[in-house]
Amino acid sequence: MVVGVTGLNANDNPGPGIAVIRSLRDAFGQDDLKIIGLGYEPLEPGIYLPGMVDKTYQVPFPTAGVAALEERLKVIHDKEKLDLVIPNFDSELFNFIRIAPSLNAMGIKTFLPTHEQLDMRDKINLSDFGKKYGFSVPDDFKIYTNSDLKKASEKLGFPLVVKGKYYEASVEYSLDLAEKAFHRLSAKWGLPVITQRFIKGIEINIAGLGDGMGNTISVVPMRKLYITDKGKAWAGVTIEDEKLIALAKKFVSETKWKGGFELEIMRDADGELYIMEINPRFPAWVYLTAAAGQNQPAALARMAMGEEVKPFAGYEVGKLFIRYSWDQVADIADFQQFSAFGELPLGSRMK
Amino acid sequence: MNIKKNIATSENGFIFNPATGDSFSANEIATEILQAMKNGDTELQIKNKLLEKYEVSPEQLNRDWEDWMAQLKEANLLET
Repeated sequence: MVVGVTGLNANDNPGPGIAVIRSLRDAFGQDDLKIIGLGYEPLEPGIYLPGMVDKTYQVPFPTAGVAALEERLKVIHDKEKLDLVIPNFDSELFNFIRIAPSLNAMGIKTFLPTHEQLDMRDKINLSDFGKKYGFSVPDDFKIYTNSDLKKASEKLGFPLVVKGKYYEASVEYSLDLAEKAFHRLSAKWGLPVITQRFIKGIEINIAGLGDGMGNTISVVPMRKLYITDKGKAWAGVTIEDEKLIALAKKFVSETKWKGGFELEIMRDADGELYIMEINPRFPAWVYLTAAAGQNQPAALARMAMGEEVKPFAGYEVGKLFIRYSWDQVADIADFQQFSAFGELPLGSRMK
Repeated sequence: MNIKKNIATSENGFIFNPATGDSFSANEIATEILQAMKNGDTELQIKNKLLEKYEVSPEQLNRDWEDWMAQLKEANLLET
């Protein structure tokens, strides 16, 4: 099987690509699985990781549009005969969903949510989504101007959470600081910026997989144990809680979600579960699902290839992940090869 | 008050609450008491064993027991 995977930026705010590849390697091994990395920038660490990616091709940024992506994937497919593509960034999903039918016609499978599903869980629509389906979601406001921010802060109080349209969020304790965050996030990710009521509690993330017909194939909840200054889990442990499992199953059955997803949950002191965010793809910690006995990326690959996959029955509770940093050594010629020609087969020069 | 059934403990005093992900370290006596509670021993049975094994007055034991239960409750390790 030849699988194209994006999200190779295994840095301090990692994309899920390497975790997805590691999970696929666990299930399908080295010989029967060829991984084609799809990278955006030459310094994405995953491009240079031996044993993970067999060859990486540069792909156009999402802003280049649908046609550019489709054209590039066709070129890659002509050379590599891709069976499946697993995109792992929120920002690229719109384009991948759009071209999924033509990819399918080329013989490249995908297993993605619809545009409607993508939109409904968007940060901008999360509050309405919660109301529609009966999920607890913190109050929020869409912010376009300083004046909007002032009005929102009067209603939400401080501290409040300021979120970028696609990525990044910060907790701010005064209007001045919230304005700074608003300008920084709007410059980086565009408008609107979202302000959300701050909920104090325990951060729990749930990685899940839906089959697109309302069935939940896998749910694994993880309590964050170490959180970076970017709010990312650097360590976490699988936990068991029927309420969390039920919440994820309800999400899948209500939305008929197709593909991987992550629910970011805050459990307050009263045990109320608030959905803070819904990510439309696997999380960067998804390898923990494989380690705990529910290999979600492998199950997705099997379903995408037409296999029937039954829902997993259980997982190992108390399985811990601890992320680490590693200085991968590469040759500058490899960097040059990828930068100049947009493709790099691993193994020739790499050690 | 009973200890939650799903609480995991190890012989060296590590306690893990699988519902919350919280973990704790217990000393030797606390580990012994936890194990007895998990085995279903009653408060009276546990206290009698402690009185037999350690040099402690019943009054002191009762005070310590109250403190112990308060800690377990705080740590969310007791059945509600």
